[in-house]
Amino acid sequence: MQIKPILSALRQHKAGTLLIAMQIALTLAIVCNALFIIQQRLAHLSEPTGIDEPDIFVVQNEWVGKLSTSQADARMQEDLRAIRQLASVQDVTPSNSYPLRGSGWDDGIRLKPDQLQDTSGSTVYFGDEHFIDTLGVKLVAGRNFRPEEVAPMDMRYSLSPPVVIVTRALADKLFPAGDALGKTIYLAGSPTAIVGIIDQLQAQSVERWAAAFAHRSVIVPRRLAVSLGAYYIVRARPGQLDAAMRETPRALFAINPRRVISDKDGLLSFAQVRDRAYERDRGMAILMGLICVVLLAITAAGIVGLTSFWVGQRRKQIGVRRALGATRRDILGYFLTENLLISCGGALLGVLLAVAVNLWLVVRFEMNRLSLAYVLAGVVLLLLLGQGAVLAPALRASRVPPVEATRSV
Amino acid sequence: MFGYYLDLALRSLKRNKMLTALMVLAIALGIGASMTTLTVLHVLSGDPLPGASATLFYPQLDPQDMDGYEPDREPPRQVTWIDGMNLLHARRADHQALMTGGAVPVQPAQSGLDPFYSDARYTSSDFFPMFQTPFLYGHGWSAADDEGKARVVVISRSLNDKLFGGKDSTGQTLRMKDTAFSIVGVLDEWRPNPHFYDVNMGNYASSEDVFLPLATARQLQLDRNGSMDCWGNGGGDESNLENAPCVWLQFWVQLDSPAKVADYKAFLANYSREQKALGRFQRPVNVRLSGLMEWLDINKVVPGDVRLQAWLALGFLLVCLVNTVGLMLAKFLRRAGELGVRRALGASRREVFAQLLVESGVVGLAGGVCGLLLAFGGLWLVRRQPSDYAALAHLDMTMLLATFLLAVGSTLLAGLLPAWRACQITPALQLKSQ
Repeated sequence: MQIKPILSALRQHKAGTLLIAMQIALTLAIVCNALFIIQQRLAHLSEPTGIDEPDIFVVQNEWVGKLSTSQADARMQEDLRAIRQLASVQDVTPSNSYPLRGSGWDDGIRLKPDQLQDTSGSTVYFGDEHFIDTLGVKLVAGRNFRPEEVAPMDMRYSLSPPVVIVTRALADKLFPAGDALGKTIYLAGSPTAIVGIIDQLQAQSVERWAAAFAHRSVIVPRRLAVSLGAYYIVRARPGQLDAAMRETPRALFAINPRRVISDKDGLLSFAQVRDRAYERDRGMAILMGLICVVLLAITAAGIVGLTSFWVGQRRKQIGVRRALGATRRDILGYFLTENLLISCGGALLGVLLAVAVNLWLVVRFEMNRLSLAYVLAGVVLLLLLGQGAVLAPALRASRVPPVEATRSV
Repeated sequence: MFGYYLDLALRSLKRNKMLTALMVLAIALGIGASMTTLTVLHVLSGDPLPGASATLFYPQLDPQDMDGYEPDREPPRQVTWIDGMNLLHARRADHQALMTGGAVPVQPAQSGLDPFYSDARYTSSDFFPMFQTPFLYGHGWSAADDEGKARVVVISRSLNDKLFGGKDSTGQTLRMKDTAFSIVGVLDEWRPNPHFYDVNMGNYASSEDVFLPLATARQLQLDRNGSMDCWGNGGGDESNLENAPCVWLQFWVQLDSPAKVADYKAFLANYSREQKALGRFQRPVNVRLSGLMEWLDINKVVPGDVRLQAWLALGFLLVCLVNTVGLMLAKFLRRAGELGVRRALGASRREVFAQLLVESGVVGLAGGVCGLLLAFGGLWLVRRQPSDYAALAHLDMTMLLATFLLAVGSTLLAGLLPAWRACQITPALQLKSQ
């Protein structure tokens, strides 16, 4: 296949050639970045929380009347006992929050009392001695809380737990040498000792601002006892989640009806929690995917349209070539090669454009750098698309009979 | 002449239905996607209080200790109780209000209703005149009620509908957290977007159902909602936030003239110096006074994803337009013979050009109408999303007009190059080759 005649033919169709190349370049730039964003979002939303999600649900219990700290604590203990007695429930723990909730208590951790900057941010979870078993997190070093270490606490009453359990991610950040167990750290200004290390426990927020401490969580041996109420994290026996979610509110209202469990989000299975936390990311990924598909379809349709026009315009030339001995395969090859040349030119421009768009996104939207694999995948995708789109008009061209050369119109 | 061109355009478009459909579809998809995302962006970056927002300002002070001090860093985005009260009582602005969010358990007197939690705003009397809240019944409370920690409450229209069936409930009693409050006012529908006065509560949250004096809420130890930042050995007990080294309140002022704005800024700097002299403040004076719209920008209220989607849709529209230019070029050049005849019969280049532009205008109009339908569909999909701004996504008159201008304008633009190329045809050459 000779390229030179193709190039000189293209010179006759500068505007059309440039338009197809430009369209391919723009499509490539958008599709590369969109695919990259989809991959980033999907990676983000499939991050594990570290807890045993299928059997867990959360009750948000709010008291109606005025309660002192000790009253609130007594009522909560009563609730927890009642939940634990249900046949469908394996265990329960009270907390101020849970992973993926969206917001909650974050605090800085320092290694020395007179330090000016925090060594790390962290998510603060309240938990009793049932916390680890209920959530199904794995204790990799040290020990669980002892019942006598767990005390009731009013929100923001200065937090000074004697001991804490931290995640491995936080332990490694604070003590890179790996000797975190038993060390003293300063949480919200007061000293406390690390007695246990758990494998993984994700933060409450999945937003970008919390990404720095996404898995650096600390569990304090405290029960949140305020009249606003607290979250009860419940673990159902395997396969009995639905039953447990039905029975738990009923049991709670049976003990004391002066409480509110909101219809909207008072009772959530962890699957629902996960859905809510990532709905924006999922929506964005779906939208990007949709745009990619439509964009590729439009580009393909554009190539078909313009090539069909060229074929129509050159019927006579094709007839002459056929009359002079060119085979059908030659004609087919001609149009395929022509498209490949244009596509390659467009792709070259598109790669530059894709990188430029990504750089702009990095600056403007704090996005990550585009990896070259996505650019390459995009290039291959568009070249294949071009060849596929040009196939039908090219086949039609190859069927032009040699006799066409003798017709005058 | 226009009628004739229109007739020609329709004939020509009918001749090649597939190509026409493809062009219209491309324009429609591009316009539909762009209008959907631009409408969402337009709604989200709108002015929450048109007419009043230009005179509303948000002061910032820096009361923190020297821990982690860096020069010229933004001061905290809220104020402490002491500073809030000092600024409130100084009364140096035309209106000023101190506030925080909260949640209160409402205990309906009606036997058929279970207790429920309502979002509340604990604030001071100027909140209502300053933000020009519409009243359905009654009015706000007075500064004397603030001082006297009066048990008064203003409720929203929806809460009034729920509890009192929409009747005038002023003077009636509302029980919340075992305390009786007297209803002094019922607000009419009021939902400023964004929820500018406290962006911690969700940027596009609906406004609260219960409003009561801040001093009363503190005395009754009602539960507080929102963000709190503490320093030093902060982390004060919730019952003693008045003295804690924590910022947790929002403070807004109304300043009616630029001179007053300058005066107020000077007052803030002066206040900071005084507090520093007293030893309460440690850092160098660092005060800010942002206008309402500026404050929304600082807080990055419009989600980045929404902006990204709008850019993406515009990129998509660009590809659709390039596509249309290519298809139109093919179409116009294919009709070289016909155009040659018209030229030979006396039509000037200009007239041929006009004729072709009418044709692209028709494609643009058709694309615009279809795009509008797609945008309605797209917005319907957006409204079904669970995000807090979903319900706001409606097409308004401005955007409706913008859709058509964008569609027809961009298609005419796309028609320029092909029409110009088609005009360059030499009639004689075309006629000869036939």
